[in-house]
Amino acid sequence: MILARVTGEVVATQKHASQEGRKLLLVEPEAFAGARAHGAPPGLIALDAVGAGVGERVLVVLDGYAAMTAVGRPMSPIDAAVIGIIDRVDALGT
Amino acid sequence: MFLARVTGTVVATVKDEALRARKLLVVRPLDAHGRPQARTLVAVDAVGAGAGETVYCCRGKEASFPWLPETVPSDASIVGIVDPAANPGLVAANANGEGRA
Amino acid sequence: MQLARVIGTVVATRKDPRLEGFKLLVVRLQSAEGKDEAGYVVAVDMVGAGAGERVLIVQGSSARMARDGQDKPIDAAIVGIVDTVEASG
Repeated sequence: MILARVTGEVVATQKHASQEGRKLLLVEPEAFAGARAHGAPPGLIALDAVGAGVGERVLVVLDGYAAMTAVGRPMSPIDAAVIGIIDRVDALGT
Repeated sequence: MFLARVTGTVVATVKDEALRARKLLVVRPLDAHGRPQARTLVAVDAVGAGAGETVYCCRGKEASFPWLPETVPSDASIVGIVDPAANPGLVAANANGEGRA
Repeated sequence: MQLARVIGTVVATRKDPRLEGFKLLVVRLQSAEGKDEAGYVVAVDMVGAGAGERVLIVQGSSARMARDGQDKPIDAAIVGIVDTVEASG
């Protein structure tokens, strides 16, 4: 998972059936304590599994099976999903 | 998934049997502001995308899932076309051309 | 698997119900020599790791192979706390 902020909602009328009925969120990966979000591509798009909205800080999974499990669409072309809304992140001062 | 713009098509006479009926498109990834990135890749089209369109792609082995039960050897597939009218920011920046390298 | 160091904690009240009860930790990826690499991930703690500890993480589909990880939407799990790493040339 990575930390990210939802910066937009993407509208796509023509899309694969597996993507219907879930919000498509444009998410901006966040750096943490000088480290960058591992494995996140530029222009990251994730399907929403928890009802997140623009401006919220979220947890994003970047693995196909995890993302499909989160949105309940097995064997679909889905590789990223928002699975949590962050209340707080604390650095542990190391 | 990641944002990209369709910048070309690939014709390959000799290719994997499962790719025979598929459209292969050259796509250039975009950042969150619609600016093109330096690299390009080839993606298999699952939704009927065309030249110049802003799309989003699935990567990894899940990219082969649109055609199940047929097994298509794809590691990047176009799974949605971004609506220009509803996403002016992404598509407008996109239309400006090269952006940052 | 990869070596990492625990550098933060994440609190998320609203999340996938299958993640209830699990601790989410931010871990900085590390080389075998213990040097920080450029990236971090948020991993589900399966072993009771704590601040600053050096841990072993699995990423991708394998994270769900961890005990308690089955059928959960996770892509990174902490599966061990490292005692020592010996470099062999």
